[in-house]
Amino acid sequence: MTFNRRMFLGTGAAAAAALSAPAVLADGHGKPRVVVIGGGAGGATAARYIAKDSKGEVAVTLIEPSRTYFTCFFSNLYLGGFKEIDDLGHNYGTLAAKYGINVVHDWAVDVDRDAKTVSLAGGGVLPYDKLILSPGIDFVDGAVDGWDLSAQNAMPHAYKGGSQTELLKAQVMAMPEGGTFAMVAPPNPYRCPPGPYERISMIAHQLKANNPTAKIIVADPKPKFSKMALFQEGWADHYDGMIDWIGEDFGGGDVSVDPAAMTVTIDGEETKVDVCNVIPAMKAGRIAEMAGVTDGNWAPVNAADMSSKADADVYVLGDASQQGDMPKSGFSANSQAKVCANAVRGALTGSKVFPAKFSNTCWSLIDTNDGVKVGATYEATDEKIAKVDGFISATGESADLRKATYEESEGWYAGITSDMFS
Amino acid sequence: MLLRSLLPAVLAMVHMAGTAFSEDLGDAEAGAKVFAKCKGCHEVGQGATDRIGPHLNGIFGRKAAAHAGYAYSKSMERAGADGLVWTAETLDAYFENPRALVSKTRMSFRGLKSAQDRSNLLAYLRDFSDNPADIPEAEPTALPTDHDIDPAILALEGDPEFGEYLASECLTCHQSDGSAEGIPSITLWPTEDFVIAMYAYKRKLRPHPVMQMMAGRLNDEEIAALAAYFKGLDQ
Repeated sequence: MTFNRRMFLGTGAAAAAALSAPAVLADGHGKPRVVVIGGGAGGATAARYIAKDSKGEVAVTLIEPSRTYFTCFFSNLYLGGFKEIDDLGHNYGTLAAKYGINVVHDWAVDVDRDAKTVSLAGGGVLPYDKLILSPGIDFVDGAVDGWDLSAQNAMPHAYKGGSQTELLKAQVMAMPEGGTFAMVAPPNPYRCPPGPYERISMIAHQLKANNPTAKIIVADPKPKFSKMALFQEGWADHYDGMIDWIGEDFGGGDVSVDPAAMTVTIDGEETKVDVCNVIPAMKAGRIAEMAGVTDGNWAPVNAADMSSKADADVYVLGDASQQGDMPKSGFSANSQAKVCANAVRGALTGSKVFPAKFSNTCWSLIDTNDGVKVGATYEATDEKIAKVDGFISATGESADLRKATYEESEGWYAGITSDMFS
Repeated sequence: MLLRSLLPAVLAMVHMAGTAFSEDLGDAEAGAKVFAKCKGCHEVGQGATDRIGPHLNGIFGRKAAAHAGYAYSKSMERAGADGLVWTAETLDAYFENPRALVSKTRMSFRGLKSAQDRSNLLAYLRDFSDNPADIPEAEPTALPTDHDIDPAILALEGDPEFGEYLASECLTCHQSDGSAEGIPSITLWPTEDFVIAMYAYKRKLRPHPVMQMMAGRLNDEEIAALAAYFKGLDQ
């Protein structure tokens, strides 16, 4: 039998007094508690939907160190000069004020799954009934020979939004005339599959305008990449001769860097560069590992509700999860968050749980008004999140269609950030 | 050469526009063809009713958002309260770039670039405004029967709670407040129009790959649920 609000109110004042229930409810422990770690596309969305749809029946705490969250999605457009950094910044004020979410700006430093508590760097301990982890990515130690996190100022990764993005742009803008930009691209699987290649396009766009004799080298451990035909067509059309992509077949995976000397060695050949963007191999954000829900680099989940395979009361969303066929993207995290929110709310309040549906679309900008996209729908099977159907922009599309695609991506940005923060 | 020789005349027309523009509308017959771009959402003429957009009989001289019974966007209501009145000049500006005039209008239309098209469209719409008694005896131009969907499907009562869950997927791109920036507004549509549009995507008659894919996996009950939910989504 579930004990719901209506039945409780129906018991009458005397019974309520006898149970001393009002005192318990008054300090908030009467409600089921959800703690969400990470305020990005997965975590902010999950917190918002649970709080909004449960209408106060669930106490939701969102732990996120940053007061202003800079999206990683669309950060390439900032590098290209199409967006200002402030366009990418969002805060949690509405989530707290409109939905009563307890937003805690602190680092989660430990999870005790037996006691069902989360410890904060500031010393607090938060109990939970359901825990949602949406910590994004961290980098695999030693993934690129010569690089570690201490080198991120000399050779930025710029693969988390905010100061790293700004640093990389400042370095690109300060490149000497005819200088060299290098990128070390990551191996699969990684956040935002088309991201490195949209970034190359956006940096080429900047350099074409400000430094047209500059060169771009990409060392890539993969033989092919997302939207490859579309990017290569766009690079030939817009930035002919500027970009040298060195894939696996030509030694692109054999890379070392020297951040002090600012050199990159690809397949035994050393090059002096002016800017080097190192995007190392990735793994789930560290708190997932500390919570003991990872297996290798990622956290395996059940497709039906995004619950961890290690613990039915812990859920893992977005980049950190290992779920099957969905790409690691903000759109995917947002999509998974809604399925998870529906399941968590159902488990805690008895609300109806509907079958999981997932989708993703990733837009990329190649040059001014030259947008392309790829997307798919997914379903939950016993083994994984499995792809159902998909599409991709075609090479040779009309300029009007490409412009409409770019404008659509701006609409999506307004939509998803509103779906996370408003 | 041609442009140069025409320029003084064009400038003279522009100069006149401020005072005599409304008397200088284009060709209503050509405007009827331009209206084909509008009729997915708007009706005009005898018996016209509100659909996704309001009907356009009597639009000239009316204050923005003043037609009773239609749920306008907050942005359009504000424009009306601020004194926006639909004249040839303001309608021309709205047709050219709707969001430049009313920033969060729910009208999901990219705008008519051609000044001639706009002028012809104005002439066409004016015929339904000058004198309501003169409205031509004709069918409304946007017909709700312009489809072959089983009436049983259109009659399905959607479950708004199910719709709310399904809609969360739509709201990654389409905004819940109905604003249409690069991606169309889908709030407050009549359920029938919503269902017809979704089936047009499902059957790949409407040409958008994301929407063809999304609609392609929705069944009748799910489409009805979404239509029911979005019809009531007013914030």
